[in-house]
Amino acid sequence: MTPDLEVRDLVRDFGSFRAVDHVSFEVEQGSFFSILGPSGCGKTTLLRMIAGFLEPTQGDILIRGESVLGVPPNQRPVNLIFQHLSLFPMMDVKENIAFGLKRRKLPQPEIDRRVTEILDSVGLPGYGDKKIRQLSGGQKQRIAIARALVLEPSILLLDEPLGALDLKLREQMKIELKKLQQEVGTTFVYITHDQSEALVMSDKVAVMNRGHFEQIDTPKNLYKHPKTAFVASFIGENNAFDARVVGTDPLEVELDNGLRFRTRARGELGQGASCRLFLRPESIVIEPPEDMTLNRFRLKVKNVLFDGANTKLLGHLQLENGDLADEIQVALPQDHRFDYIQSGDTVSVGVVEEACLCFLSGEG
Amino acid sequence: MRRHIRWSLYVFLAPVLLWLLLLIVIPHIDLMVMSLKAENDVGDLVWSLDNYRTFFEEKIYWLTFVRTAVYAILTTFLTFLITFPIAFYITKVVKLKYSGFLTILLLVPFWVSEMVRIYGWMILLRESGVFNQFLLWLGVIDHPVEMLYNDVSMVMGLVYTTMLFMVVPLISSLEGLDDGLIEAAYDLGASKWVIFTRIVIPYIMPGIVSGSIVVFMLTLGNYLTPNLMGGKNSLWFTEQIYNQFIASFNWNQGAAFGFLLLMLSSLIIWIGLRLSGQNLSKALT
Repeated sequence: MTPDLEVRDLVRDFGSFRAVDHVSFEVEQGSFFSILGPSGCGKTTLLRMIAGFLEPTQGDILIRGESVLGVPPNQRPVNLIFQHLSLFPMMDVKENIAFGLKRRKLPQPEIDRRVTEILDSVGLPGYGDKKIRQLSGGQKQRIAIARALVLEPSILLLDEPLGALDLKLREQMKIELKKLQQEVGTTFVYITHDQSEALVMSDKVAVMNRGHFEQIDTPKNLYKHPKTAFVASFIGENNAFDARVVGTDPLEVELDNGLRFRTRARGELGQGASCRLFLRPESIVIEPPEDMTLNRFRLKVKNVLFDGANTKLLGHLQLENGDLADEIQVALPQDHRFDYIQSGDTVSVGVVEEACLCFLSGEG
Repeated sequence: MRRHIRWSLYVFLAPVLLWLLLLIVIPHIDLMVMSLKAENDVGDLVWSLDNYRTFFEEKIYWLTFVRTAVYAILTTFLTFLITFPIAFYITKVVKLKYSGFLTILLLVPFWVSEMVRIYGWMILLRESGVFNQFLLWLGVIDHPVEMLYNDVSMVMGLVYTTMLFMVVPLISSLEGLDDGLIEAAYDLGASKWVIFTRIVIPYIMPGIVSGSIVVFMLTLGNYLTPNLMGGKNSLWFTEQIYNQFIASFNWNQGAAFGFLLLMLSSLIIWIGLRLSGQNLSKALT
């Protein structure tokens, strides 16, 4: 099956600044594809090239197998949901949604029918005569999506559409967007800097940094098997330490303070190489049983960071001689087993070899 | 406390109310009374509608009246046509750092009085003026052409003197227009023409209306430019009023003309607001 969207070796320069740096990817039909990256990484530039507002410096963009280079945005079979939604304030909801259909010169009864249908499918039946300013944030969101979806685009591009909403609504819209995408089956290309949005909604996520893709993978794989130090630190929370390789078989690294960890590595790490070690807060076991093979160390608890289901311990690694070393966060299990731990306590913690990730330093 | 607020409100309103009353309301009442009086056969001033009757009976008066109205509307329209691309360029095309500078460039000529600016045009356009010299030098014409004192030069002068009052409200409403709206329309399949007529124009309509009201009023009530740049046949209604007051010394007739002009401008603005679906308070805020 031809992918809905194929981007080949795309480059975009602004003067001497390279915003998008040799990016290639494919998006399968009907999938939810996210591009995740910090602000300024080039993701908006990439999206605007797909929508047709910018021409690439180099490379090709194919939609359903056909190159769209040189095709203006009003003739591309893609539609874009803008960051600020950009609903037309001088028109009511119905006219907003009908705007694109009218440009296609469809007969009025057909337009009315499709507007009613799409309003139903975004869950706002009977809202056609409302003014834009009468809508709430979430409703505006859905109308913006309806206005684009009613044109039945091959691909719907979304430029951080949840960015302007407050937290509660964002959480809710995240789930609604995913449901809506599954119902209509349109291919969504979604860009965001919020990893939780990307992980929850997407079939595949591309992590973008400084104009290039670090990794394209399923959310689960990005989380479990990050390929670069940037992905490891950007996706999920992580404790990061500078370390040095002291043994290669099995791989063992030593922190500046002398603590040693057995670990897993991405790529080749030679003896003595300086590297960066990542430990996820939730992979650290508190008071581990004696018979487990673990990297064990002691933790002097400084604070209990209470955050409901996301409560963590903040503490320092304690060395053999009792000195305190680097700060580290450890997730607290939800079963209230460790509720007795208070700041000032010292607990033993451990982490399995597989959960320690090590990357060569200087990889982003 | 309430009482206190009410007193302070009156204190601050007092200058405005005094200004309105002394300089606008009382003179207008006086003018209206004056316009409704005329001399009878023995030379006494009595209540009469003669001044208004004269206006309709003398063809020259109401022809000038209609001419003034038509040219004022034409001037307003031309001013919009000329200033819209300028305002659009300054707000949407040029880089942000230059737009302030360009706006100032637009403002600079208006630091000079209208009279001086009109004389500037006269130096350019008169028979021995700069344009004629240049065209003679180029060999396009073999003898000087009089470019002043006709309707074209008059309308051009009127457009020039009122441009600023159109361009400023246009710039401020275009600044409020989010580029995203234009891009969204483009993305949804609209052509440039559709974007212009369905998105840009409706969005900046309040700015267009407020600019048009000011330009129309200034043009309709302008005396200097039609007088200096218009020809013998380019009579403006304000000149008729002037003639009645100063030349004929018929203050009652002049007052009636003044009132007719006021009614005309109110009527045309009312029609304009109805046609554009705007209201006065929306357009002027």
